[in-house]
Parts: sequence; C-alpha cells; structure tokens
Amino acid sequence: MVLKTEPFMLNIGPVHPSTHGVFRMRATLDGEVIVDIEPVFGYLHRGIEKLAEERTYTGIIPLTDRLDYLASMSNNLAYVLSVEKLAKIQVPERAEYLRVIMAELQRIASHLIAVGAFLNDCGAFFTPFLYMFREREKIVDLFEMVSGQRLLYNYMRIGGLSQDIPDEFLPALDKFIQQMPGFIDEYDRLLAENELLLARAKGVGILPKEMAIDICASGPVLRASGVQWDIRKVDPYSIYDRFEFDIPIGSAGDCYDRYRVRIEEMRQSLRIIKQAMEQIPPGEIRAKVLHLVRPPIGEAYAHIEAPKGELGFYLVSDNSIAPYRCHIRAPSLINLTALREMMIGWKVQDAIIIFGSIDITMGEVDR
Amino acid sequence: MTVSLSGSEVAKQIAERFPEVVSEASDQAVVVKSESLFEVTEYLKSNPGFDFDYLNYIAAVDYYDYFELVYQMTSREHNHSLILKTRCCDRDKPTVPSVVSLWRGADFQEREIYDLMGITFEGHPNLKRIVLWEGFEGYPLRKDYL
Amino acid sequence: MEINRRYIYSDIELDKAEGEQIEALKARAQEPFPDPDEWLDEELKRNVLLTTVDAMINWARRSSVWTAICFPACCAFEFIAANASRFDLARFGMEILRASPRQADLMVTAGTLTWKMAPQVRRIYDQMAEPKWVIAMGACGISGGIFRSSYAVVPGYNRIVPVDVYVPGCPPRPEALIYGIRMLHNKISREHTDIVLPSPADIVDKARELSPF
Repeated sequence: MVLKTEPFMLNIGPVHPSTHGVFRMRATLDGEVIVDIEPVFGYLHRGIEKLAEERTYTGIIPLTDRLDYLASMSNNLAYVLSVEKLAKIQVPERAEYLRVIMAELQRIASHLIAVGAFLNDCGAFFTPFLYMFREREKIVDLFEMVSGQRLLYNYMRIGGLSQDIPDEFLPALDKFIQQMPGFIDEYDRLLAENELLLARAKGVGILPKEMAIDICASGPVLRASGVQWDIRKVDPYSIYDRFEFDIPIGSAGDCYDRYRVRIEEMRQSLRIIKQAMEQIPPGEIRAKVLHLVRPPIGEAYAHIEAPKGELGFYLVSDNSIAPYRCHIRAPSLINLTALREMMIGWKVQDAIIIFGSIDITMGEVDR
Repeated sequence: MTVSLSGSEVAKQIAERFPEVVSEASDQAVVVKSESLFEVTEYLKSNPGFDFDYLNYIAAVDYYDYFELVYQMTSREHNHSLILKTRCCDRDKPTVPSVVSLWRGADFQEREIYDLMGITFEGHPNLKRIVLWEGFEGYPLRKDYL
Repeated sequence: MEINRRYIYSDIELDKAEGEQIEALKARAQEPFPDPDEWLDEELKRNVLLTTVDAMINWARRSSVWTAICFPACCAFEFIAANASRFDLARFGMEILRASPRQADLMVTAGTLTWKMAPQVRRIYDQMAEPKWVIAMGACGISGGIFRSSYAVVPGYNRIVPVDVYVPGCPPRPEALIYGIRMLHNKISREHTDIVLPSPADIVDKARELSPF
C-alpha cells in the first residue's frame, strides 16, 4: 500500500534560538527533507539609511556601530574611510596603526562568536560557545580600556580616533597575544578532528565556486569556496600593504571549510597585530578636521574586509553638514542570496547548520 | 590595487559597440540610458577586455528631478573596477531593466530598492517588498516622504 | 513526488495577510500600556499583610525565573554575556533560556522593536503563562532609543506589552542588567496572591459533572 504524502509549510523563526537574530525561513517540507525555502527578513529594519540623511557626518558614527553589532570597529572604519575619501583628509600615522590593531582584534572577536554559535547549532550545547566567550571577554576588556564601552564602541572619528590609548593598553595587548595562540590550538585540538563535527558539517551545504562568484559573495564564505579574493590584499586600504599575512582558502565550500577558514583567519590576525605593535610611531591621533565637516560636492565609495565580508559605504555629498545619501553595502545580505540553493535537498537539522555557517548578523541584513 | 577605470575611456568603447547609448561620461563614471542598461552590462560582463564578473553594489539616489541608479562592478581577473550609472526621470512609475540574470547577487538589492524607492525592475523573478511589510504606504527613502 | 504549487517562492497572499495584521496592530498601539504598579499603592500595603504563604510562593517564584528567548538586536549579546561565565546568571537560578514561551516567566526584550516584528512579540507574550513579567532592556526598549524618529520603529516596548522594569543603557552593561533583575526580584517578593480554595460542595458538584456515572 502506497502512503499518500503531501508537503507542508513550516515556519522557522523569527523567534528561534538558532536563527542568529530575527530571521524567518518559510520552509516547504516533504517529511523532513526541504523542498523549497523562502527567507523572510526585515524584522530589524530600522531605517538607518534614512536616519543618516538627518544627522551630521560625525553623528552617523554611532548609527554605523549598530549595523553589525558584533564588529563595531570595522563598521566605524569603513564609514570614516569613506568620508575621508570624499573630503580628502589625510590621517596621521599613529591613528592608522591603531585602527589596524582595533580592526584585527575585532575580527578575532567576531570570528569567536561565529564559530561558537556555529558549534551551538551543531548541537554542542553552549560548551564551545562559553569557551569562546571567555576569550572574547578578554578582548572586550581591551576595548573597554580604550573606549569605555563593551559592545558598541563609537571609537573612530573622521580623521583619526577619538582618544589615545592609555598606558596599560599595550602591555595588556602583549599579554593577550602571548596567550591567544594557545587557546586557538586548544579549540583546534577539541574540534578539528571531532567525529561529530565532521559528520555534521563535512559535505553539507556546498556552495560551488561559480555560484559563489555569481552571487557576489564575499568574506569567509567566498574564500571557503576556493576563490582568492581578500580586499586587504587585492585593494589595500589604510596601511595593510605594510604587513605580511596569508589568506586561508578552502577547497570544498562546505560548512566545515567555512569553519576552518575562520579559525585560520584568527591566527593571521594575531600575526598582523604583532607586526603592528612593533611599528607604532608616536604622534597625533586625529587630523585637524572641523566638527561639522562639509565635504565638497561629489560621491565616494570605500570598502573594507569586515569579518563578514566586503562592507562598503557609498556617500553622496552636497556640501552640507549631513550626507545627501548614504548607502550601505552589507555583506550579510548578499551572502544570503544562495541560501535556497544551499538548502534544498537537506533535512531541517542541516538547514540550521548551513544557515549558521554563513554567519550573518541581522542588524546588517535589514539595516 | 584595484584600478578604477576612467569613465571617458570606457564610454568610447561602449559607444563603438552601441551608438547613441551613452548620455554622459566623466572620469568617475559612465551614464547610459536606462532602456539599454541590460545590453551594456551584458557587453561589459562578456567582453574579455573588461570581464566584469563581480557586482559590488547597486545604489539608488533620489535627485528631485530624476532617480539615479549606481552600479559598481569589479573584474577579478584584471583587478579593475567601473562605475556605471543610469537615470530614470519618471516619478510615478520608474522602470529599469533588471540585471539579475547576469549577477544573481543583485536579487535582494533590487528588491530592496523597489521596496524603499519604488523603482520597478523588469525581468526580476520575484519583485515584492523585502524589508517593509505589505501594506506599507509610500516609499520611505524618497526625498518627498514625510 | 509531485508538488502542485509554483516551485519558486511562496504566494503573495500570505505576505498581504501578515501586512494587514501589522497595520492593525499599529493602529491599536497608539497609547502606551500603563505600567503595572499596584504594588506601589500605599493603601493596598496597609490593608493587606503578606502572609507566610505569600512569602513562600514569592520566594519560589523569584528564585528561578526562566527567560523566554526574544532577542532581536545588539542587547542580546549583553544578555548572553550576563549568562556567560564572568557575570553568571545561574547564581540567581536564571541560566535556563527556554525556547518555548509556555515554560517561561520573564521576557527580556533585548533589542529594537520594529512594527514588522511587533505582532510576533505580542504573540510570545500572550503565550506565556501567568505570572509573567517583562524587563525592557536598553534605550531601544524604553523609548525607541537612537532610532526613535525612524519610520519603522516602535517607540518603546510599552506600546505592545506592559513593562515591569526598565533598564537603561545602550547596551546596558551586564552589571546593570543584573541590578534590574534584582529590582524585579524585589518587586516579586512584595506581591500578594489570593488563594481561593473551592468549598467541599463545589468539589462534589464538579466531580458529578465530570464523571459518567
């Protein structure tokens, strides 16, 4: 006797412990196998692009913090680079070095949460997540020393930084760099050859190389599919061309490769920080820029390699104290384009893992 | 370093292939007419001298008389980039051809521009509101939204 | 197996129905809910003495408050940091983050609320069983915060649900959140529960109603 079956629609989210924020997926299931999936987002759309048209250039910096709230320093950096390109402002050397140190520390912090949340989705209920949080607390302590805030720093300003680092920052940073490689090795020992992780993540959710280029993905998602494209090497911004570092590339484009690319990127970030720390010159922290800066009429686009991908700001100015238009190129939104292709044919449990491995932040997707 | 191609140079090459299509060309960008956007972008993607296979972003700006759409594209092979613009002057029902069949990454970005600015993209497989809810009145990012 | 609907994306009627729900909620939510502050009422405190039963019930309720997951935005990470090893919330009995709102007592609203998300938050609040409390966390929870003048943001959670404790900050430090949770514990310890025992006649009537004989 043949059983008659019918597909049904299951709503995953928006309030779900593993959707990394308020993300909703309308999945059409045949038993447990996914037949079709539609992502629905916009539950965190706060209208940042419209709000940016009524604030001054310096007043937009706190708004940019809240875009990808796990990597505030990177968002700040992308925005101030764009304004400096528009207004042709030269940044002092010391500020450039400190910006690089902050951006790379932020990359480590963001990847720690990405890896922890991914393992949380795989079923290792909170143990690796709390291990990663232990390290992240140390990084957050360093940031608190510098800017006074734990999560949304508002530290960079147009033309430099808002304040200089205190004396105890560099010794504390040194101590952190001595200890951190040991911790990353500890995670690797615990997780890299772990049978459960290999069974759940290897070969799951493959993003082939042509599709990754077609959807204009960026960041670890693109590099895990085998494409050699990192903006720090290809189009260096700030002073990244003075440092030596490698770019980890994956081969298969599955969830396991994305996880490994992130772990390796953390090691390379430590290398960059060490080189930057040796070369910091003394000097000014901020160029002499008006508080209500009025860039000349024109437009500019500056992009950086944020932990999630290529983050860019497109600014149009009409010589007033607020931008005419501020458009944000969000990496998480564009990385999500292939979600449907990556998930069709897999089961619901794998869908959660595939979604977790792309590593998105809803503040960026919805803006 | 990614080289930004000069708009005037590229405009000459486009004009050889498609006459009467380029409206303006400056050092920064090339402005083409909106009806021929799809042909020009297809030519820019497939021509081996240009080979633009990566679309950085699509942005829409509201200058009170017209809407301007800005496309920036990069070539991974040659490591150069270009800014292409197009204008549509209709305030009530602006329409522009969609480039989703060339770069799939434009999918969500075009839906968002439809949602927030009201510009319709012909040829898009699924054009509906994405960040705001159905039933929202108006297009918030326009300059005349209250 | 055959699927007899369009393969590509789901229908637009679903979206339209949800949109109408959101617009209806927006029209209803023009005034904020009044804060539940009967416990501050002086006359009530003089007339009613808290009994030992109350003390026991309140102790049980405040010592293991379980949180419902509702984490839109950035404050979520300060809540998770409060749960993590440095600022341990497990010492208050609160380390459980239940996915199901039916098993939860407390909703900590950690993030900006948009009109699109508002019906879902209201639905979670309705699914929680009594007694339930709400902590509005962060500037976005209290009044809309830095996004107040935006077209898509609800100006404060008290338009949608009644709020017990407001914790300011953007985002509030885990220590501030723990202070807010202690304030909530104080509030719970002053509540009075009326215990109504049914009379024996009622019990017999009910039993007769339910039994088939």
